[in-house]
Amino acid sequence: MADLRNNFVGIKSPNPFWLASAPPTDKAYNVERAFKAGWGGVVWKTLGEEGPPVVNVNGPRYGAIWGADRRLLGLNNIELITDRDLYTNLREMKQVKMNWPDRALIASIMVPCEENAWKSILPLVEETGADGIELNFGCPHGMSERGMGAAVGQVPEYIEMVVRWCKQYTRMPVITKLTPNITDIRKPARAAKSGGTDAVSLINTINSITSVNLDTFSPEPSIDGKGSHGGYCGPAVKPIALNMVAEIARDPETYGLPISGIGGITTWRDAAEFLVLGAGNVQVCTAAMTYGFKIVQEMITGLSSWMDAKGHRTLDDICGRAVPNVSDWQYLNLNYIAKARIDQDACIKCGRCHIACEDTSHQAITQYVDGVRHFEVMEDECVGCNLCVNVCPVQDCITMVGLEPGTLDERTGKTVDPNYANWTTHPNNPMARQAAE
Amino acid sequence: MGTTETGILSGRLSPVEYEKNFSDLHPPLDEHEALVASDRCYFCYDAPCMTACPTSIDIPLFIRQISTGNPIGSANTIFDQNILGGMCARVCPTETLCEQACVRNTAEHRPVEIGRLQRYATDIAMRENRQFYERAQPTGKSVAVIGAGPAGLACAHRLAVKGHDVVIYDAREKAGGLNEYGIATYKTVDDFAQAEVDYVLSIGGIDIRNRQMLGRDFSLSDMLAKHDAVFLGLGLAGVNALRAEGETAEGVEDAVDFIAALRQSETKSDIPVGRRVVVLGGGMTAIDAAVQAKLLGAEEVTICYRRGKESMNASEFEQDLAASKGVAIRHWLQPKRIIARDGKVAGIELDYTTIEDGRLTTTGETGAITADHVLKAIGQTFEADGLGIIALQSGRIVIDDEGRTSLDRVWAGGDCVLGGEDLTVSAVAMGRDAAESINRVLAAASQPAVAVA
Repeated sequence: MADLRNNFVGIKSPNPFWLASAPPTDKAYNVERAFKAGWGGVVWKTLGEEGPPVVNVNGPRYGAIWGADRRLLGLNNIELITDRDLYTNLREMKQVKMNWPDRALIASIMVPCEENAWKSILPLVEETGADGIELNFGCPHGMSERGMGAAVGQVPEYIEMVVRWCKQYTRMPVITKLTPNITDIRKPARAAKSGGTDAVSLINTINSITSVNLDTFSPEPSIDGKGSHGGYCGPAVKPIALNMVAEIARDPETYGLPISGIGGITTWRDAAEFLVLGAGNVQVCTAAMTYGFKIVQEMITGLSSWMDAKGHRTLDDICGRAVPNVSDWQYLNLNYIAKARIDQDACIKCGRCHIACEDTSHQAITQYVDGVRHFEVMEDECVGCNLCVNVCPVQDCITMVGLEPGTLDERTGKTVDPNYANWTTHPNNPMARQAAE
Repeated sequence: MGTTETGILSGRLSPVEYEKNFSDLHPPLDEHEALVASDRCYFCYDAPCMTACPTSIDIPLFIRQISTGNPIGSANTIFDQNILGGMCARVCPTETLCEQACVRNTAEHRPVEIGRLQRYATDIAMRENRQFYERAQPTGKSVAVIGAGPAGLACAHRLAVKGHDVVIYDAREKAGGLNEYGIATYKTVDDFAQAEVDYVLSIGGIDIRNRQMLGRDFSLSDMLAKHDAVFLGLGLAGVNALRAEGETAEGVEDAVDFIAALRQSETKSDIPVGRRVVVLGGGMTAIDAAVQAKLLGAEEVTICYRRGKESMNASEFEQDLAASKGVAIRHWLQPKRIIARDGKVAGIELDYTTIEDGRLTTTGETGAITADHVLKAIGQTFEADGLGIIALQSGRIVIDDEGRTSLDRVWAGGDCVLGGEDLTVSAVAMGRDAAESINRVLAAASQPAVAVA
C-alpha cells in the first residue's frame, strides 16, 4: 500500500490533497465536513484586514461552460475574499486546527500592499495555530481593482517586497499564490523566491467571460444586466496550469522551489500529473464544488492504486519525475517518426478520423476500401500528427506507433534514422547553417 | 380487466383503461431528454444512419441542431428531405433502418434515439406552425395526385413548392391514407395524421377532393385531359382472401378494417373485440391488430403465422412489443378452416406446416384454437381498376427510377408500385422524387423555343 503522507515545506498532512482557498473553506462547518470526508488539508478562504468585511454581489457569482450531458468543464466566479468578520474566521480556524491536529490548515491572506497591514495581521493568524500562510496574489477580479490580489501578483517587485515582509514578521512557512494572468509565469515565481518564499502555489483563476446572454446581451453571470470578468477554473484550465507548473519546475532560477499545484484537478490522474510535473502537493476546488467532498476518496484510492501498480512507495518517488522530459521544441527528436494505426476490431466506423484528416489535414485516411466503408491509415501520407487519435470517440482504437529505426517511412521514402537529431542542427534551420559556416 | 364474456363485444374496459391503453407508445422526449439523447450522436461522416434512411434525412445535422438548442433548424433539415418527417418519426421501424445503422450499436449496443429525436424537433416546429417553404411563382401547370397517402402528400407538397397547381383525389372521407387509417392508434395519438395533413397543405396550391375514387368517380383519361401530369399514389385497397371454409362466418374480419375503425373511434369503447382473438399473418398489420385487440380487453390473443419467426415481416421490436402486451405468437400454423357455430366463429382449425424442398407444405398434423374473433392480416393487394394500359408486374405498377409509369405523363409511387416497401418513409421518398421528375418534365415543356441562327 502506497504511503500518501505529505510533507510540504514542513507542513504535514495525511495525503497531498488540499482544498484550495475558496468558498468550500470559508467557515468551520465546511472545513469540518471536508476533513471528515478525508481531505488532507485546507487553505482557509482568504482573510482581509480588520474592519468592516468586504461585500459580495447579491446576484449570481458563477458562470460556467459545459460538455456533453452538461458535465461542468469550466467555472468562473466573481466572488471576493471572505465576507465574514476577521475574528470569526480566526476563532474558527483555531478551533478546527485543535479538532484536527493531523490535517494541514493554511491561512490565505490578502491585505493592502503596505508593510503595516501585513505586520499587523500576521501575529493574529499565527495565534490560531495555522500551519502556514498563503499570500493571495492571484484573485483577478474585484480585489485587484483595489490594488490587491492580481494587481500585486502582476508586478514581480511587489511580490518580492510583500514576501519579504511576511518572512520578516512570521515564523510560519510562506506559500506565494501566483496569478496566471501574466505573460511569463517564471518572473513572479523568481520574484517570490528572491523575497524568500518557502513555496509557490499556482494557478489562481484566469480572467474570463464564460458566456454572453444572447437575449439581453449581458455577459454571464449577469448582475442586473451587466457582467464583469471573473476567475476561470475547473477541468478546462488544467492544461494551462500544468504548463505553468512545469515552467517553474524546470526554470534553473526556481528549480527545487516547492510548488503546490492548482488548476482543474478533478481526478487522481489529474493530481498525479501535477505531482510528476513538479508539484509537491495539490489543491482542489472546482471538483469539490461540483461533486461534493466525497471525491477525495476517489483521488486517494486512485493515486494509491496507481502507485502500487507501478511500484512507487512514497510521494517522493513520483514528484517531479516528468520534469526532465519537458523540453523546448527545438530539442525534440526530428528523427522520431510515428504513424497512426487503426484497430479495425475496435473501429465503429463513424468516419470522424477520415473527415478530420481529409478536410483539415493530410488526406491520409481512407473512407472506402474495395467499395466497403473502411477507415485505414495511408502511411505514405500520414505525418503522424495525432489528430485522428484525438477525434476518435473510441479510446485506444487509433494509436500512434513509432517506426523502428531502419524501417522505411513510406511518406518520405527514407529509412528511419536511429540517431537523435533536432532543429538546432537541422539543415533547414538558418541559424544552424550559420553555425556550420 | 373488464368483462371476459365470450363474443365480440365493445365496452370491455372502463374509460380510464381505454385511455391508458391507447396512449402514446413512446412518450415524446422533453427538452432535457432530447439534449441528453442528442449528446450521444457522434456526427459521423457520411453517416450510416443517413444512408439507411429511405428519404436520406441529414440525421447527424438535425441531431446536432437539437443539441445546440436549435430545434426549429433541426425540423427544417428533416422536412427538406421528408415533409412527413413527423409521422415517420412515429411509425418508421427505426430499429431496422437508421437506428440499426447507428455506429453506437457497434460501440455499446444502444443506438442514438433517432426516431424520438426527429419527433422532438418536428413536434416543436409543427406546434409553432413554422412553415419553411414558399410556393415558387405559379407555373400555370396542373398535376393530379391520386391518393392522399404518404406518397401522394409528399409528391403534392414538392410540386406545390415548385409552383405547380395540385389537385389530390382521394377515395376516403379523410386524407392521409394509411397514416389516417392504417397505423396503430398508440403510435399516432391526438389526431396527428390530420394535423400533419393540414401542415403539409398549408403551403397552398393544393386542392383536396375527398370521396373521389379512380375507376368509380373518374378515369385516368379524365385526369390526363384535365391535368398536365398525373401521380398515382393509390396504395393497396384490396386484401387477400383466406380461401378457407367458414371464412364468411360472423366474427371473421379484415385486420385493416379493424385497425381503421379503431383509428376513427374517439374513445375506443365502441370498438368490439372478441374474448379469444386469433390474428392470421406475420407482418406489421398482424402485430398492430393483435396488440390493439389485447388493449381493447380481449382475454387471449394469438397470432398464427404459417412460417418461422425469421420470415416474419414484423420487426423484432414489434414482435417484442406484442409479446410484452401478452400476445402469443405461434409459428408454422396455417388456417385450414374456420369452425363456426350458429354462423358465428367458434374457433379455427390449423394445419401445422414445414418447409420441404424449399416449399411450404403441411405436415398432416392439425390443431384447433378456440376463438370468437378472427382477424385476417394475410396481405393486401393492389386493385388496378381504371388504370387502363399501364404496365403491371406481379400485380403492381411498373416504374422507372424516376417514378415514371409506362404511360406518358403518368408517374406512380408508394405501395402500389413494384418494389414498394410497405413503409411510409419509402412512399414519401417515391412521392418526393416523382415530383422532382414531374417538375423537370413540366419545366422543360414550358421553356420558350430558342431561335437558332
